[in-house]
Amino acid sequence: MHELSIAQALVEQAVDVALREGAAGIAAITVTVGDLSGVNPEALELAFPVAAENTPAAESRLIIETVPARARCRECGQESSPGFPFPVCEHCGSLDLEISAGQELLLRALELEVPEKTAGDPGKD
Amino acid sequence: MCLECGCGEVEHTHPHDHEHPHDHSHQHTRAAEAGPATRKVEVEEKLLLKNDRVAERNRAWLAERGVTAMNLISAPGSGKTTLLERTLERLRDRVACAVIAGDQSTDHDARRLQGKGAPVVQIETVSACHLSAEQVSRVLPEVVTEGVRLLFIENVGNLVCPAAFDLGESFKVALLSTTEGEDKPVKYPSLFSRAQVAVLTKLDLDEALGWDAPLCRRYLQQAHPGIFCFELSAKTGAGMDAWIDYLKKLTA
Repeated sequence: MHELSIAQALVEQAVDVALREGAAGIAAITVTVGDLSGVNPEALELAFPVAAENTPAAESRLIIETVPARARCRECGQESSPGFPFPVCEHCGSLDLEISAGQELLLRALELEVPEKTAGDPGKD
Repeated sequence: MCLECGCGEVEHTHPHDHEHPHDHSHQHTRAAEAGPATRKVEVEEKLLLKNDRVAERNRAWLAERGVTAMNLISAPGSGKTTLLERTLERLRDRVACAVIAGDQSTDHDARRLQGKGAPVVQIETVSACHLSAEQVSRVLPEVVTEGVRLLFIENVGNLVCPAAFDLGESFKVALLSTTEGEDKPVKYPSLFSRAQVAVLTKLDLDEALGWDAPLCRRYLQQAHPGIFCFELSAKTGAGMDAWIDYLKKLTA
């Protein structure tokens, strides 16, 4: 369950950004979780409310975007979408792959609540 | 309001320039949304950024002192502490070693490793199933005393979680005992694909267990083509010479 540590890191990073941006609150947190990142989206969903409790992210929605694995074969040079857990080239069966996507673990975006006085200010977006 | 960008447009799409695909067209009207006004901020920040930064600091600190640090990861009971006991005994007075032992609870490991000529510090992680870079950074100055060349970080026994947390080590070492089964490298690829070295332990049990060494080697290569592998029994000493030679060469 290292998803709890990941969720704690996520909450901490989201709150840091929200403070830096002068937000009134965090409506939603979007994370990118690659299929090869070793993080289970369901476990992350479960851990998130626990990590967010008593923080400015307690009421935030968690949006998880998953990224399918992509790899380039070092032997035949072709692209494929290798499955978890073993990246095997779909064309030649080689195991020597260069993973180009699927290992992401990112705080991708935040939906921040705008403080009342600046709400609707077109210059703030 | 648009949840993507906070604008009031009725219909639009958002282009963006990173690699993964996702659908972004959406339709909406301003009146449909209730609650406070919001705006979208693109962050694109790696998670565990803080851990990674502290890990980089640890790595630089160790490099300045010429210390090679190994992050030993395995399931509980696969022989990390026994391997370290024998290793410290054999390197005593030859290579100056230090050990950070991580467990959820107790200082049993640290006690077993004491008195072998190497400073040992125990970290109790309590609820956490892995060590973090921050925990390691707090004990580094205490355990890496003058002259230490080799630091063993014995992670919490767990084949999954510790693999995700960089501690600032030079490289990860995955241990796998014969009692666990030949296919663990393919069942837990997140560790084996990140470890530079694998140590197969408890080889003295191979006959009783019907251990299929070639099969395990094949699985290891599948999980991590080119992984460096040692096969040994810390109990009988079989295969220990190659491991000890390797450690001496690392610090030569």
